[in-house]
Amino acid sequence: MKMRFRLVSVSAPIIALTISFGLSSLILLIIGKDPYETFKIMFEYGIRGKSIVSIINRSIPLYISAIAVAVGFKMGLFNIGVEGQYLMGSLVAAYIGAQFSIITPLHILFIIIVAVATSSLWAAIAGYLKVEKGIHEVISTIMLNYIGTGLIAYSLTTIFDEPNSNYDLPRTKELPETGKMPPLNKFFNIEDLQDLHGFLVIAVLVGIFYYWLVWKTTLGFDLRITGSNPIAAKFSGINPNKLVVIAMITSGGFAGLVGLGPLLSYFHRYTIDFPTGLGFAGIGVALLGRNHPFGMAVGALLFAFLQRSAQILDLNDVPKEIEQMMQAFILLIVVVFYEVIRRFIVKQQVKDASKRSDE
Amino acid sequence: MSTILFIKVFLYLQLVGQGVKVTRMKSKWLILFMVFSLFLVACGGGSDEAAVEEVVDEEPAETLDAPATTAAPAEPEEDPMGICLVLDIGGLGDLSFNDLAYAGYEKAVADFGMEGTFLEPEGGGENRGELLELCAEAGNDLIIGNGFLFDASMNEVAPNYPDTNFAITDGVAEPGNVRGMLFNHAEGSFLAGVAAALKTQTNNVGFLGGVDFPLIHEFEQGFIAGVKAVNPDIEIQIGYATVAPDFGGFNDQVKGKEIALAQYEAGADIIYHAAGGTGTGMFEAAKEVSESTGSKVWGIGVDFDQYYQVGNALPELQEYILSSMVKSVDVSIYNAAKATMEGTFTGGASVDNLATGGIYLSYSGGYIDDIKDQIDSYKEKIMSGEIVPPSARP
Repeated sequence: MKMRFRLVSVSAPIIALTISFGLSSLILLIIGKDPYETFKIMFEYGIRGKSIVSIINRSIPLYISAIAVAVGFKMGLFNIGVEGQYLMGSLVAAYIGAQFSIITPLHILFIIIVAVATSSLWAAIAGYLKVEKGIHEVISTIMLNYIGTGLIAYSLTTIFDEPNSNYDLPRTKELPETGKMPPLNKFFNIEDLQDLHGFLVIAVLVGIFYYWLVWKTTLGFDLRITGSNPIAAKFSGINPNKLVVIAMITSGGFAGLVGLGPLLSYFHRYTIDFPTGLGFAGIGVALLGRNHPFGMAVGALLFAFLQRSAQILDLNDVPKEIEQMMQAFILLIVVVFYEVIRRFIVKQQVKDASKRSDE
Repeated sequence: MSTILFIKVFLYLQLVGQGVKVTRMKSKWLILFMVFSLFLVACGGGSDEAAVEEVVDEEPAETLDAPATTAAPAEPEEDPMGICLVLDIGGLGDLSFNDLAYAGYEKAVADFGMEGTFLEPEGGGENRGELLELCAEAGNDLIIGNGFLFDASMNEVAPNYPDTNFAITDGVAEPGNVRGMLFNHAEGSFLAGVAAALKTQTNNVGFLGGVDFPLIHEFEQGFIAGVKAVNPDIEIQIGYATVAPDFGGFNDQVKGKEIALAQYEAGADIIYHAAGGTGTGMFEAAKEVSESTGSKVWGIGVDFDQYYQVGNALPELQEYILSSMVKSVDVSIYNAAKATMEGTFTGGASVDNLATGGIYLSYSGGYIDDIKDQIDSYKEKIMSGEIVPPSARP
């Protein structure tokens, strides 16, 4: 019985994917492009060596961002503020990390700690506001995103700024060699390709840690029980206020790692070019992956694949915006299907229960 | 084929809907909702396309002098030269920097029979390099990165393709096969300041900057110096849409209009903008103030000859465009393409200024024809080095 439910659950994203491909094909037809050719070009470009490295690099921050969101989701907490949290963490870590030089592992560990601490502190504000002042976390985290953006803009142009010759664009000092994460190319024997971000290792560890935290610890149990039935959780002796703050801090801590892949492996400094929007993209990946560490990894890789392979479309006279539509289709349909399936499972369970009681 | 697939999927959806025993009503809503959202998306996509095409149609030919017909190939070669333009954030249709670059690119494609590709980056610096690389791998002969933000990506990608020509506008890069196309904005802005100072009735002028950072300070300082050179007593109001690192100020008409309205109300009768698409808001403000107060106020355009460029897109604003400080990014790109065709392309930095003709003050509309002599005398002083307009804040 359980097996059947699981099969149905897994089929949802696959069906969503199929439908969204169908809808995208239809739109391609409407604008007069051949869908088969388009997807073929995308696929062929997406599985080239360089593309695969790029896809993995892109999926690292997406995946960690999804985990940060999922920690909140698990207890019914909507941390929309991952965006502001990771940008704050990255900026402070980039600035402090560039001030000194120690051996690489320690240096990177230090940068990670700074980023995680900054981001969780920023997230803790939303937790405090919810518990003490009753402000819903969606409102407060969105507002904190704006405040964070303003703070970053201010501090990047003043205290954190390094004067430079390129129109004095605001940017921090470059990380010293010891603060740069070595690429993994040697390990996979792909030295002819571009750098494969070393942060991949951390992302995998984060995935494992997330699984352990949510499914193997008391805290994780409390989170899950509060998420599925807050009232029952309260009566079983869980302090919901304390849990909100802890969940917010944990979520923020994961968020702190989001920007570090690009920072330690590619940019080596915080500039105006630093990638934004990863926090919001993570919400989609978490939804698609159903907060499961493996599901989110697949989701992150899928979105990264779509983003990368869409690059080729403009060269073939197909608007690459089709990719954004596909992502939106996938999310929309998957949300609808999860709901349909949830109802199906509930119905089946009721039916089974009544059957058993009849016998 | 995919239509059939779509119908199959659709039917399947319906079957699933029934299998789940969602009430008939609900499954209908679900399907209706999906069809509706599909319709919305399709509409959105369609109108977007139309918008882009419109802008392309509006590209004014006026910014380029009649092209020399020398290099136009009589018969198409077997393997045409490839030109690839990677635009800056904001993309096509910004009525400014990107459209200007596109105009030069389009001209080159048309005149030289080149095979053209243009790409727009997503946010984030890593993508810039990816797109340059994509262009290079596709075998293009000339690859242009439009904007100073491309410098790091150029340093990264260009050395891997030594036989390919690269060009970057408003910036420089280290590799020998990259041409850095720089412009002396201060010189042109100085002349805009002179024109404003000679034309103002209220002894009060304004400057509208897009984003507060050193590149735009070149325009600001040049303009101030020009105004002061004519009459040190003229009051100059300065406003910026945003402060770096927020680059939204180059594409925010509402904010542009707001700032311009405030400056006109505070007594300015001429405002010079260096704000990209934001400047359109300034011209709107000029029209509004002129109509409500009865005394005419003006705006001075930038980059394009905006008398034609904005005037073509929004004819009702044309009569408020006193002049424009033209920055011929289009000509620079056209020249880079020409050099590529002729095999004379060289890397390194080149600076366009009043002397090279890459920067000039436009007389379109004839509103400043009466002060041409005075402007020309300042122009000669700049070209001879007697006046050096400042390009940075003191």
